Amino acid sequence: MALTGIEIFKMLPKTNCKECGFPTCLAFAMALASGKAELAACPYVSEEAKEKLAEASAPPIRPVKIGMKEGEKTIGGELVMFRHDKTFFNPTLIAALLTTDMSSGDVDAKIDNFAKLQFERVGLNLRPEMFAIKDVSGDAGKFTALVKQVIDKSDAALMLMSDKPEVLKAGAEVAKERRPVLYAATPQNADDYGKLAKELDLPLVAKADDYEALAGLTSKLTGMGLKDLILDSGSRTIKQALQDQIVIRRAPLTAKFKPFGYPTVTFPCEMTDDPMQETLYAAVFIAKYGGIVVLKDFEAHRVFPLLLQRLNIYTDPQRPMIVTQGIYPLNNPDENSPIAITTNFALTYFIVSGEIEGSKVPTWLLIMDTEGLSVMTAWAAGKFVGDAVGMFVKKSGITEKAKTRTLIIPGYSAAISGDLEEELPDWKILIGPREAAHIPAFLKSL
Amino acid sequence: MAFEIPPQKYSGSIKTVTIGKGDKAITLGGETSYPFYLFEGVMPNKPRVALEIWDKNPGEDWAAPVLEVYKDVLDDPVAWAQKCVNEFGADAVALVLASTDPNGDDASPESAAQTAKKVAEAIDVPLIIYGTSAMEKDAEVLAAVAEACQGHNVILGPIQDKNYKKIGAAALGYQHTVVANTPIDVNLAKQLNILLGNLGVPDTRILVDPTTGGLGYGMEYSYSVVERDRMAALTQEDEKLQLPILNYLGHEVWKVKECKLTNDQAPELGDQVQRGILMEAITGVSLLLAGSDLLIMRHPEAVKLVKGMIDELTA
Repeated sequence: MALTGIEIFKMLPKTNCKECGFPTCLAFAMALASGKAELAACPYVSEEAKEKLAEASAPPIRPVKIGMKEGEKTIGGELVMFRHDKTFFNPTLIAALLTTDMSSGDVDAKIDNFAKLQFERVGLNLRPEMFAIKDVSGDAGKFTALVKQVIDKSDAALMLMSDKPEVLKAGAEVAKERRPVLYAATPQNADDYGKLAKELDLPLVAKADDYEALAGLTSKLTGMGLKDLILDSGSRTIKQALQDQIVIRRAPLTAKFKPFGYPTVTFPCEMTDDPMQETLYAAVFIAKYGGIVVLKDFEAHRVFPLLLQRLNIYTDPQRPMIVTQGIYPLNNPDENSPIAITTNFALTYFIVSGEIEGSKVPTWLLIMDTEGLSVMTAWAAGKFVGDAVGMFVKKSGITEKAKTRTLIIPGYSAAISGDLEEELPDWKILIGPREAAHIPAFLKSL
Repeated sequence: MAFEIPPQKYSGSIKTVTIGKGDKAITLGGETSYPFYLFEGVMPNKPRVALEIWDKNPGEDWAAPVLEVYKDVLDDPVAWAQKCVNEFGADAVALVLASTDPNGDDASPESAAQTAKKVAEAIDVPLIIYGTSAMEKDAEVLAAVAEACQGHNVILGPIQDKNYKKIGAAALGYQHTVVANTPIDVNLAKQLNILLGNLGVPDTRILVDPTTGGLGYGMEYSYSVVERDRMAALTQEDEKLQLPILNYLGHEVWKVKECKLTNDQAPELGDQVQRGILMEAITGVSLLLAGSDLLIMRHPEAVKLVKGMIDELTA
């Protein structure tokens, strides 16, 4: 947690040597406290002070990095309970289970399916990213073979699960380069599993069945020198598991309780046999603080809605989502199709394009960059006004695709039509409906 | 290692609103903590789910998987409402007077009021009656509905800043409940509740509809506005926001492209029916986790999933 300037000052050399660029140690301490300076600027600070200050400035919930074939994913590192207070930074990873009793053919099929589950949306690639590979037979040979198969054929992040340390170790050694998560240290096996994770320098899940035991376990593991932990509260009923997610998020953020300052892993796959219900459990954990959700299997019609929900929950509320400026052909328009224009606020685009698609009327939709502002706001801010819109239409290249010279503008920007007519003298400006829901009727009436 | 759950301090609670009549009346609200945070508060009245019906055949406006469920009753709102209650066990029915849309059929307030009355008389569960958000027309329509449905304590909405006087006065006169609808903004929601209060509508007869975005289409805005609304009500003693929240979501979810694409058109998205059901159920559960008290949904399977979740979370 953040220290005050005075607390930091007490740890500085107090020599006022000015080498840090500040006139006094106190001034430097104040700058440190407000994040305007780096401790490294002081050449004389003691190791002990460095450690204390680093600890004090560490994020309340540790960001834990998990490898994929290309790059890595981070979970944890969150700073707030409610997304509107700032934002949620690191989206819940969505995983499915692979077990050592599956046939190699089944595993291949699941890996192929996983690779196909990628969806393009507002310039983002939505996809699940993880496999949880579980040893169910205690056979190290089978486990390493499965781990190897997944590594060779997939770019997935991995969680390796076994209750036999030697089996887990064999798998972890094969997967080490991918930086997998190890599952799981418990109060009973903490020495062995902690040692293994430390030796291989890999993130480790700590699992215990109540808060006291879980806090004791993470304290023990950090005492062994481990830093990257992930918490499993052991609950497998949705009511208790939801409570655990809330408590584990709240304790480090509001009470500075460090033993819970880690991301979590949740197991909808162990909570029900019904795939639909399992999906809803996953949705609860995406909204409420799960770091990883493990499903039994990936099915497109279950994964896709979860990816949308995750996108919504983890969108930064302080920054509007935008789409790229340009020409969007909807319903296969040709040179005689009508041309409509709106702003590049993603929600505006989704709603307008959705209504146009629903109308089945072939239409050219021009999306103009208004820095993510909606129609009314962009108009009020002077970004969606006659000369700017006219200039954009001329340069957009639409005249090469369509012969029509009729431009439909949003009903809420009716005020710009006069200026726009001056800017585009060859064009007819049509004022569209104010509400997107009325677009289909409007287009059909043209 | 000793551990105590760090407490969240609550200084307010949600008021209760009772809708409907007789044995099947429903009470909403009463929460003393964030939704389902039952380790530090109570939720004396479970959130409820209403099934949506229309006063005209929705045709292509509705996605095929929901039309299929109701195909035998789409032309008969009374039979449709009864099917929701008798076959699907709906807690409540939400009748949307789609025929009155001035940009569509533009049916008269009188004919819509007659339909509303017939439906109200045909079912014993609470009836929510929604206009089409065309402010002037809704004022005429819902005022006529209020009169025709006297004695049924129906729920009239959406009431907006430009038509609240007329509908509010009619609801007050004929003793109905109103739904105050504002565009995704806590302050506007509060403002409209104050205006309704000034008109004489008691807090026990107001539900808040903060406007709903469907999954992937702005749900996050609704999610956060509901969370902020609850935070203000429970922790900042914002009395005018201490009212139950309603989300009209079925409409928002099922109109989107991904719910309308068939298995042939989008094999990469899996099964159309199950995908749509999950998109609706996930939107519903997300809004419940944010703080909603009453959901208006379309697909009975999605409702079943959501109600199952409510039961488990409040067990």
